[in-house]
Parts: sequence; C-alpha cells; structure tokens
Amino acid sequence: MKKLHVNVSVNNNDLEFLCNPEDTLLDVLRNDLNLTGTKEGCSTGDCGACSVILDKKLVCSCLVLAAEVDGSDIDTIEGMAEENKLHVLQEKFLEHAALQCGICTPGILIAAKSLLEKNQNPTEKEVRYWLAGNLCRCTGYDKIIRAVLDAAREMRKDYGPNYS
Amino acid sequence: MIFAKPNSEQEVVSLLKETQGITRILGGGTDVLVQMKSGVTDPDLIVDIKNIPGIREIKKVNGGYEIGAAVSGSEFNNYPGLKEFTPGIAEAFDLIGSSQIQGRCTLAGNICNASPAADTTPALSVSKCRVKIVGPNGLREDLVSNIPIGPGKNSLKKGEFIKSIIIPKRPLYSSDSYIRFTPRSEMDIAVVSAACFITLNQEKLIKELNISLGAVAPLVVNIKGINELVMNKNLNDNLISQISLICSSSCDPIDDKRGTIEFRSHVAGVLAKRSIILAHSRAGEKIEKIAR
Repeated sequence: MKKLHVNVSVNNNDLEFLCNPEDTLLDVLRNDLNLTGTKEGCSTGDCGACSVILDKKLVCSCLVLAAEVDGSDIDTIEGMAEENKLHVLQEKFLEHAALQCGICTPGILIAAKSLLEKNQNPTEKEVRYWLAGNLCRCTGYDKIIRAVLDAAREMRKDYGPNYS
Repeated sequence: MIFAKPNSEQEVVSLLKETQGITRILGGGTDVLVQMKSGVTDPDLIVDIKNIPGIREIKKVNGGYEIGAAVSGSEFNNYPGLKEFTPGIAEAFDLIGSSQIQGRCTLAGNICNASPAADTTPALSVSKCRVKIVGPNGLREDLVSNIPIGPGKNSLKKGEFIKSIIIPKRPLYSSDSYIRFTPRSEMDIAVVSAACFITLNQEKLIKELNISLGAVAPLVVNIKGINELVMNKNLNDNLISQISLICSSSCDPIDDKRGTIEFRSHVAGVLAKRSIILAHSRAGEKIEKIAR
C-alpha cells in the first residue's frame, strides 16, 4: 500500500514521516519517531495516557490519525523539560510523590500543562474536572491534584500565608 | 483504506459518491476511530474535512449562529457570546467526554453518530436547529431532529455530508437548558437527559415551550402537545407537574444495567421539570436585565 508523507513539528523540531492511512498519531510517535514517553492505555480515548498537545489543543493521540496532522505542531512529554531542567510540574510531581507506577504520568503532566497555559489560577475543582479524562490506578488522585495546584502557585510566584 | 483530505466541498462529494463500500467523514474522529479499532466499522475511505475553507469557523448569521462541521466542543464553548446565546446547547456540548475529547468532538459527529444517548441532539432539537448538507444535488437544509433515524443510523444519502449547523435567531425573552442523569459527573454517558427551550413575553407568560428527551427511546423524543397546554400561561407547579407526567409517559426506554424502564421513565419526568425551571429562570433574567 502507498504510504502517506506527513510533515510536522514535534517539540519545535521539524520532521517528516511516512505512515499507513490507518496509523494513529500515537502509533507513529511511539513506533516510528521513538518518542515512547507518550503511553498507550485504553486506545479508546478514555484513559488519557496518550495525551499530547496538537496545535495548542489537548487531545488523545490514540484518536488522531497520523495522516491528519500534516502541517501541525505537536507537543509531547519529551519536550516538557528544557535540557536538564525539569518543568515546574515535573518537579512538583516528584516533590509530592504524585506518581507510583508512572504509566499515567506523562499524560497527566501534558494535560496539566495545557490547563495551566489557559488558566494560571485554577481551583481544586477545576483541576479535578480538567483531569477527569486521565485515569490513575495508583495514587487516588489526591497527590496529583496537590502537585498541580502547587505548581500553579509556583508558576504565579504566589507564596501566600497558606503556602506550604 | 484510503485517506483523503480534500480542499473543497465538491471534492468531498465526488470522493464520497465515487467510492464503493464504506465511506466515513473525519471531523474530530472521537467516534469513528473508536469504531474502527473495535471492528464496528472498516471504512474503505476516510475523508478528513478539516481543510475545507470555513469548516472550522463560527459565524453570526441572521441573528443566530452557523457552526462549521469541524468546530470542536472547546472552540464552541470558548467562543465569546455563544454560551450566553444558547446556554442549553453549550451545556450539552460541554458534557461530552474529557478535556481531551473536547478538543476534537463535533456537533456534526454527535448528530450523525446517532446514539440515542447523544447529548447535543436533544439540545439542538428544542431550538429547531438545522443542518446544511452538501451532496451530489447541491445544498439542502434539514432539521437536526431528522438526521438520526435509528441507533447508529442517519438519513444522509450517498455522497452527502454536513457542512454546518444553524442555530436560528430566537425571540428576545427566550432561553434553553440541558441536563442529564449520569452516575459519574464527568466522563459518562447519559442514562436519561432532557432539554428545554422556552420563550416568554414581557409579562412572563409562556409563548413557546419545547422539550426533548434523550436516551429514553431509539431516537430523541420531541414532546408533542405541550404548547397548547402552556400557551399564554404563567409557569406554576401544577403546570410543571402535568408536563412532567406527559414526559414520563412519552418514554420508550430499554431496560439495562444502567437503568430500568421504570427508573428511566421516572427520571425523564424529573429532569424535564428541572430543565423547564432552569430555562424559565434564564428567560426571566433576560426580562429583568432588559428592563433595567
């Protein structure tokens, strides 16, 4: 079968790949571009493990065809840290122990990043609703929510009386 | 499978018309990709419509709005003024899936996928929304409520696709609402849902009342005969109870693990009641706001 030629920018690197019409963006990221930080969970858009940012919008890469993304900008977990410096969210996830097995973590970090880009001061409720599409079977979510709220405070440089 | 991403409506129509076998439109893909993976469908052709000029745009038209077929839930709900214009459709659209799904899901997809539990179809039906359909014989319009014809089936003919959804202009003191029952507040599918559109006059007398119920029959149930009952009346408890009973008895739901026939019929009446009260108070606020 004739392969399709796709040009994209992934984490600000222009690159190109060949794919089959039925390949998903997740397939290409993991199998062809070796960006295995994005995880495959349910493959039906329910668990959020495969979350990436596609043209500034949070999406499940398992529900995007690779052929669709020609000309798009994609941000994956691999682009979150700058060189050796972790993103504030990553630091806060470590600090709050907001992960155990880690398979949901890249998706949750990407989802949280896209939230904080839109809303610098989310309420706990807003964080919980925004992350409702990211399933975690280890933590019970509480540490994740605390880490995101703490990262938001840090990014706003808001060290009020309740800061801990 | 062939993947195509044409740049014009005409090319989409020719591709759909000339391809033998199963053809599917790709807008947000949140239904079609899941169906492909689970083996429910195995398309011979996928047509991505997102390169068509205007297909991702929201336009103000004749006092209403025209929503391009590829506009996503988050684009709709972040568009200035739309939530205020139609809180009911905005609520229904916003309830679909997670933040990730909101970045992709579309009204046209929700309508054409024709799930009995679709959130936006009842909300679009009460406002008499229409779809613009492009096909081999040119452009035609139809009511949203005429598109689904059974679970998973729609009335579009070979070669046709939806290019936009029209939310018509509404009278001054009108509003709408959509509420649903789900065991979980996010990431769930309606067990029962109710949408209401109401128009009042300056004295708060009812001039129009439309109610549609979702997930209680193979198709959205558009409740008939209530306009005669409520015309030129004030909304009161007695009237609401009567309508609630009509709604409960109009249901033809399935019995499954998510809800029994009795439960679904009862809850449909309760949700109808709540959706009327909500839409009525929103329309009432408009009277007060304009009076000020």
